[in-house]
Amino acid sequence: MANIIINGKGYQVEDGITILEACNRLGIDIPTLCHDERLEPYAACRLCVVEIKGKGKLETSCSTKVRDGMEIETHSERVIRARKEILDLLFSNHPNDCLTCEKSGECKLQDYCYEYGIVEGTYIGEKKNYPLDESNPFYTFDPNKCILCGKCVRVCSELQGTNAIGLKDRGFDTKVSTPFDMGLATSKCVSCGNCVAVCPVGALMPKKRERYRAWEVRRVKTTCSYCGVGCQMYLLVKGDKVVGVEPAKSRPNNGLLCVKGRFGYNFINHPDRLKTPLIKRNGKFEEATWEEAYDLIVSKINEIKGKYGPDAFAGLTSARCTNEENYLFQKMFRALIGTNNVDHCARL
Amino acid sequence: MTNSIEEVEYNDAIFVIGSNTTENHPVIGTFMKRALRRGAKLIVADPRRIELADYADVFLQIKPGTNIALLNGMMHVIIEEELYDKEYVAKNTENFEDLKLVVKDYTPEVAAEICGVDKEDIIKAARIYAKAERAGIYYAMGITQHTTGTHAVMSISNLSLLCGNIGKEAAGVNPLRGQNNVQGACDMGGLPTDYPGYQKVFKPEVQEKFERAWNAKLSNKVGLTIPEIMNEAEEGKIKFIYIMGENPMVSDPDINHVRKALTNLDFLVVQDIFLTETAELADVVLPAASFAEKEGTFTNTERRVQRVRKAIEPVGNSKPDWKILMELMDRLGHDRVYTHPSEIMDEIRTVTPSYAGISYERLEGEGIQWPCPDVNHPGTKYLHKEKVARGKGLLMAVDHRDSAELPDKDYPFIFTTGRILYHYHTRTMTGRVEGLNKLAPTSFVEINESTANKLNISNGEKVRLVSRRGSVETYAKVTDIVDEDVLFMPFHYAESAANYLTNTKIDKTAKIPELKVAAVRIEKLGR
Ligand code: SF4
Ligand code: SF4
Repeated sequence: MANIIINGKGYQVEDGITILEACNRLGIDIPTLCHDERLEPYAACRLCVVEIKGKGKLETSCSTKVRDGMEIETHSERVIRARKEILDLLFSNHPNDCLTCEKSGECKLQDYCYEYGIVEGTYIGEKKNYPLDESNPFYTFDPNKCILCGKCVRVCSELQGTNAIGLKDRGFDTKVSTPFDMGLATSKCVSCGNCVAVCPVGALMPKKRERYRAWEVRRVKTTCSYCGVGCQMYLLVKGDKVVGVEPAKSRPNNGLLCVKGRFGYNFINHPDRLKTPLIKRNGKFEEATWEEAYDLIVSKINEIKGKYGPDAFAGLTSARCTNEENYLFQKMFRALIGTNNVDHCARL
Repeated sequence: MTNSIEEVEYNDAIFVIGSNTTENHPVIGTFMKRALRRGAKLIVADPRRIELADYADVFLQIKPGTNIALLNGMMHVIIEEELYDKEYVAKNTENFEDLKLVVKDYTPEVAAEICGVDKEDIIKAARIYAKAERAGIYYAMGITQHTTGTHAVMSISNLSLLCGNIGKEAAGVNPLRGQNNVQGACDMGGLPTDYPGYQKVFKPEVQEKFERAWNAKLSNKVGLTIPEIMNEAEEGKIKFIYIMGENPMVSDPDINHVRKALTNLDFLVVQDIFLTETAELADVVLPAASFAEKEGTFTNTERRVQRVRKAIEPVGNSKPDWKILMELMDRLGHDRVYTHPSEIMDEIRTVTPSYAGISYERLEGEGIQWPCPDVNHPGTKYLHKEKVARGKGLLMAVDHRDSAELPDKDYPFIFTTGRILYHYHTRTMTGRVEGLNKLAPTSFVEINESTANKLNISNGEKVRLVSRRGSVETYAKVTDIVDEDVLFMPFHYAESAANYLTNTKIDKTAKIPELKVAAVRIEKLGR
């Protein structure tokens, strides 16, 4: 354990963790744009700087480890001045369109500018002016909004392991890009959207069919309904529609999804969904009430059971349905119809 | 899986056989790639040059249907070079001498000949696997969908026992389950031989237990598997089928046969969220709510029971499947009503020992991995910790056997099927997502470049595939992913369904059809 002092108060923290981690655990808020606990420390945005007694220059808290006896100031005048300077620089080279930006309400740059009182960028000069990349069917990339935190590039290589994107050129011209600038559609990108999930600003945004503001949606945590990994995700709900999906940072997926889980949700509110029971009469389906459907099924069960016995029945239960539903289904066949002819497509 | 997903990252060696993990379990694929970043070694065995092959230390492009020969060949090397875990084998396994005897014949030369690979690669793979401190094997349908599937699974278990790679953190045998709740459907007794918790229907004490719990008279006769159900339906012995959330008209082998079976019934009920190819054949179709419209639980491939939560109301007049079943069961004389799926779980835990400690309240955090025998038990991260579940691990020596259908003069190609990243199963869901259709719009058959040249088939050209059971038209995708004598086709697409061609021959024990090997010919259509 290390004994440290933060903002004049003494704490005991685990050895070997960073100042940022220590502060997070202690509930002391430190701003950062480029940090993600799942990635290697990067120290690029420098917003997380703190003042350490005995050190001349400010240190980035995401890459500095705690040491016994350390005295740290996280919100001293000098620190705040430095952070304002960084935000001012970033915002000076950022399109000033928060009113119509889709990210508004969950944009880190917006949040920190609000917190640190940055109203406008004071550095007047050339702004970036790149074309948008809209070639991917699920998300867009607007390099003009990009603040070069490098999170997307690092998530794609360190966590997703696809290496579809990189940082290109240097200085003012630095830019996130695909090899040879050919656009996302022709890159190795597998459309997992894991880069989109970590973008702190509006540079990487999912394409939306329904427009919504961040504060208009409810988030419901659930389990992906596609493959057996069972990723945890949030369904974004506006009114009676599912309008988006975001990964949850918990086991087993720890904030990652694949293209199906992340972008394959439009079937839910698709117009083809079955909305009423159907009964086939003379080879054609006719809409029916639940009562009619149940009555017909029950009368057929009784009739066939009377004639041929319970083993003339078979049920295919479902690897798509819940445990509770599978339990009821086999119980119905075993206890009420009287046969063990129940199976599902585990083998397919 | 005997291990947890989070452990994948800490394997020292990863052996992927018959699983295209980065496409079919993409997030587990990312854990594998992170293990490689940490320095883990990778062995890949697959008939296709899948993405993982690019990162592999050894890639074995085996002929479809030769898994056992490869595994036996690796074990031959491991025993020959004395690389196996002698202490573990002596203490924890039975039948070592039998295994030794059988794999003796599978010299690297013999195995390499059967599998169509280089013998040096078999030796290298064996050494990597055996020398790793913690090695995990990952497999999927590429192992099981063969007439020799059960034997291949035994063979995998032999290999892991031989090297003591089981019952440890980040070392084990890990089947990757394809569908979201295939694990749960098995756990819940969606099997003809099993009540919930794999309790056998033919055991008198089990029958008695459930008769008391359910207050009903129960049958002790083992039920029929899907392939058997389809056969008996075609013969007119099965009269009534109820299908909940499955689409055998696309997913099952030999679709012509499935159609005959389902149209020969007195009555067919289909319950689904869309009017699927199977629902079209039904007498009654019941509209079900999607996963976003209901409460419940799914159990993932690492045995983790997790919550499904309702985000929106069921669309139209549809209802959650549990409600439909409950209302129907009520009319059939069921003595219980449930106001919420949590009450069904409360009933499940009273009859299912491995779920006994699971309640909705306890699932709130990060779910629970079964076995979870009581309410104070934290769940089980990896299996067989103390000793192999049945006491000693039984080494089951098995021989390679040819697939049921081999290529010949009339059907000269080995046809194999699988999934792709952008679609899911029979596409009832993903086929309705615009962007996914844009990325993977049509069915295709992968054909090796030199084969295509010989047959004068160019990329994107329409071709016809013919097997003894049927034919389909699709587009040629000229590639070096497959060998010259192999054709691969994803089975997702109903309009040219790969399963018109596949073989219904099944594995005798697991009753899994041989979807991974059929003999076909390919015909140029000239348009
Ligand atoms: S969507 Fe996924 S693969 Fe594509 S660039 Fe982003 S992280 Fe990489
Ligand atoms: S997000 Fe992808 S990997 Fe995760 S459960 Fe869904 S389909 Fe599987």
